[in-house]
Amino acid sequence: MEKWYLMTAVVLLGLTVRWTVSLNSYSGAGKPPMFGDYEAQRHWQEITFNLPIKQWYFNSSDNNLQYWGLDYPPLTAYHSLLCAYVAQFINPDWIALHSSRGYESQAHKLFMRATVLIADLLIYIPAVVLHCCCLKEISTKKKIANALCILLYPGLILIDYGHFHLGLALWGVLGVSCDWDLLGSLAFCLAVNYKQMELYHSLPFFCFLLGKCFKKGLKGKGFVLFVKLAGTVVASFTLCWLPFFTERAQALQVLRRLFPVDRGLFEDKVANIWCSVSVFLKIKDILPHHVQIIVSFCLTLLSLLPACVKLTLQPSPKGFRFTLVSCALSFFLFSFQVHEKSILLVSLPVCLVLSEIPFMSTWFLLVSTFSMLPLLLKDDLLMPSVVTTMAFFIACATSFSIFEKTSEEELRLKSFSVSVRKHLPRFTFLPRIIQHLFIISVITMVLLTLMTVTLDPPQKLPDLFSVLISTELTSANPPLLLRKTGPELTSVPIFLYFICGTPTTAWCAKRCHVRTQDSNWQTPGRQSRTYT
Amino acid sequence: MAALSVMTGGGSWFLALALGVTLLKCLLIPTYHSTDFEVHRNWLAITHSLPISQWYYEATSEWTLDYPPFFAWFEYALSHVAKYFDQEMLNVHNLNYSSSRTLLFQRFSVIFTDALFVYAVHECCKCVDGKKACKELTEKPKFILSVLLLWNFGLLIVDHIHFQYNGFLFGLMLLSIARLFQKRHMEGAFLFAVLLHFKHIYLYVAPAYGIYLLRSYCFTANKPDGSIRWNSFSFVRLISLGLTVFLVSALSLGPFLALNQLPQVFSRLFPFKRGLCHAYWAPNFWAVYNALDKVLSVIGPRGFLRCLILCALSSFMFGWHVHEKAILLAILPMSLLSVGKAGDASIFLILSTTGHYSLFPLLFTAPELPIKILLMLLFTIYSISSLKTLFRKEKPLFNWMETFYLLGLGPLEVFCEFVFPFTSWKLKYPFIPLLLTSVYCAVGITYAWFKLYVSVFTDPPVGKTKKQ
Repeated sequence: MEKWYLMTAVVLLGLTVRWTVSLNSYSGAGKPPMFGDYEAQRHWQEITFNLPIKQWYFNSSDNNLQYWGLDYPPLTAYHSLLCAYVAQFINPDWIALHSSRGYESQAHKLFMRATVLIADLLIYIPAVVLHCCCLKEISTKKKIANALCILLYPGLILIDYGHFHLGLALWGVLGVSCDWDLLGSLAFCLAVNYKQMELYHSLPFFCFLLGKCFKKGLKGKGFVLFVKLAGTVVASFTLCWLPFFTERAQALQVLRRLFPVDRGLFEDKVANIWCSVSVFLKIKDILPHHVQIIVSFCLTLLSLLPACVKLTLQPSPKGFRFTLVSCALSFFLFSFQVHEKSILLVSLPVCLVLSEIPFMSTWFLLVSTFSMLPLLLKDDLLMPSVVTTMAFFIACATSFSIFEKTSEEELRLKSFSVSVRKHLPRFTFLPRIIQHLFIISVITMVLLTLMTVTLDPPQKLPDLFSVLISTELTSANPPLLLRKTGPELTSVPIFLYFICGTPTTAWCAKRCHVRTQDSNWQTPGRQSRTYT
Repeated sequence: MAALSVMTGGGSWFLALALGVTLLKCLLIPTYHSTDFEVHRNWLAITHSLPISQWYYEATSEWTLDYPPFFAWFEYALSHVAKYFDQEMLNVHNLNYSSSRTLLFQRFSVIFTDALFVYAVHECCKCVDGKKACKELTEKPKFILSVLLLWNFGLLIVDHIHFQYNGFLFGLMLLSIARLFQKRHMEGAFLFAVLLHFKHIYLYVAPAYGIYLLRSYCFTANKPDGSIRWNSFSFVRLISLGLTVFLVSALSLGPFLALNQLPQVFSRLFPFKRGLCHAYWAPNFWAVYNALDKVLSVIGPRGFLRCLILCALSSFMFGWHVHEKAILLAILPMSLLSVGKAGDASIFLILSTTGHYSLFPLLFTAPELPIKILLMLLFTIYSISSLKTLFRKEKPLFNWMETFYLLGLGPLEVFCEFVFPFTSWKLKYPFIPLLLTSVYCAVGITYAWFKLYVSVFTDPPVGKTKKQ
């Protein structure tokens, strides 16, 4: 491509930012006895290197599952094994069985950071660059700006360990969007086998590929494609799980480690519906365990059904990306045992739609980073998070001139607004509401950050700030609780916007015979007005 | 909202570049810092805790005050902010004190004072010829110059990792150059005089200023063919220039003159080593004398800039005790010339690439290795590609020899940092990487110096109109 040097500069900048941030403290640094995620990664290298495969997922005297037992699928274990071989070559003390617990040193930190950087460089970054280059109907400069913004997204920079699974998932998205269906589904299967949370993205993949098969005709090419895809999926799963198929108990134990259903509806303070609602209504105490599971399952399914159905009937790469966002968000908001870091699974698809709805995406990505603030503060990452958030904001603001792109059409809410105007003719102020809400939201985030850092929360409510931060992301209803949960109201538009999925609203509006210009399928590429 | 959209709209790319590099500097806060960190902490302590009469006599620490008085006053001003961060750093006896708050304060003080550098770059961009009508932002000379200056690799790693206060000093120098380009000679002279009293190393380029001001300011008119009209000499202007310099010096050295401490101050500023003085002042003057007659007929600020760069480079070349960082004195002004002509761009690229590479030994710690490699690649790839694109209609910037030489830096780095430490020579001859780096870079810098000299001599004096 022309201006390849600018793209190279962007990639180098992304790598530099990643490395400089990683020079800071890591999770659990100097905090015995459990330390943190960093120690977990090191421990997995120790376990996979020193013990035979049969013992990896089982509790034994050599492998105490309470101390960071493996709870990710086999590919993570294989990756840890690979890193362990390198570690063995450099310094065996790092992974010596038992004696290396809590091992911390400058050299080891460099090693761990280097493995993360190399994984990013080989998998994630090429996928981002390729995605931006394949974007249609936008200028080269816009593509490069897009790459810059995605690479500067703070969430993926600040969270410790490598995002192998997100890189693989991104390759999956790319492959499937560019009609390399088999390779794409292979990449995605590998991603699922790396971290089970990738299942958040599995429904859109399934629906998109199914839709493609339907389009090609069930009796001809479509069927062939279906069989090939099924074969690929089965083959990749078998390949990854092969060592564990020898005994039934093995496979079951792994599954039990991957899906700990007995751990409850949520842990910690995560920015989803259950945590927010439990501020007013102690769900955990009201509903029994199995009912919680059923309620959570039903709500998740209900919220993602419209988008998935639409994708199956009308498969397209654009619709696929939007559906990824809405499904991942549904899972995040309503699912069981969601971790704060799972917001990254939503952020990745939002990064992919950054060029289409820049304003909302930027807003969402800022709020998603902010929602992880308690975690980041725990790891002493205040300065890097503030700096990277500001850098991301500046990059997005200058690249996409987001503040000029808040008209109804640009927010893809034209069909929605038109249908509302049928009943309420005065409803023309949507863009202004959204702009004001954005400003309020940003101010709230800044204030909450300052408060969290400088003040201590009141004694009776020790998790007050964490809860406030998590409710910023979701929404809640009663105006009574404005004092406690003010930020939520500003997040209602984001939530509603993405969960409804703008192609879905257009499609529903069409189905309801609302005459409207369908802005989703016919929007021509816009020439950038900014860099002149 | 309208204000925000204006801010992020068309003309704000400069602000975005400046803010971006500032945020990068914030990320470099936890990196390695050299003994210069302790040097400046010590000077904060000296100027804050002791009376003026003691400043140039204090020797508790080995890092005694050896910059001119303005810099001492600058440290004094900083110390009044420092006391809100950590009072302990201002204690003269707290040698090597580096609490996290001290680190934060010192790093932020460098980042903050860089604001002057940003302003100076903004002024320099105004002086750049925008004749090449480019609608494309990234191909405009202003944009390229801004990136080359604001994101200069050498300045980033010397100031924000190694730790120094070069940012605002170069800001002063670039601002004085910009003022001379804008024909505001008095301001330019004043700024340079102030700069001299901040850091006396800039004396290297004083001849260029002196000659240019004499030539273009004191002689108020030229003959049609460009040479001097001797009867247009203006005594008034000469006197006003002299007065400016005198007043600034009086302000700086006055208090010490009153205290009879001038000899002590000078002994600190110019450590008395007879051989050293002869080794680098004489050839410097000789080098400048060579160009003197040509310089007198060179018209315009561009000629002045060339002369300045030549002075800086010559002093770098012939003073073997000069620090590697002094190469920045030549690289930064050269950036201004590089966006003007293809020949200058070629010289700039060779100079900056080898000059920046020669700074690598300053950062020898493992965590900083990826940073220096990534930033070096970033700057080098961007500078070469953008200048090539800017001058794509002219002949290629490099011949095969130069290309080969520049590409050779890659294998050299791989050998020095990745291969050599694992060989058996590391114990017997640990200085080999340093030796190889210095020699390899010396070739490039000498070549650039030579090319620049040749370009000064072969530039046609007539027809070079005064810019802006």
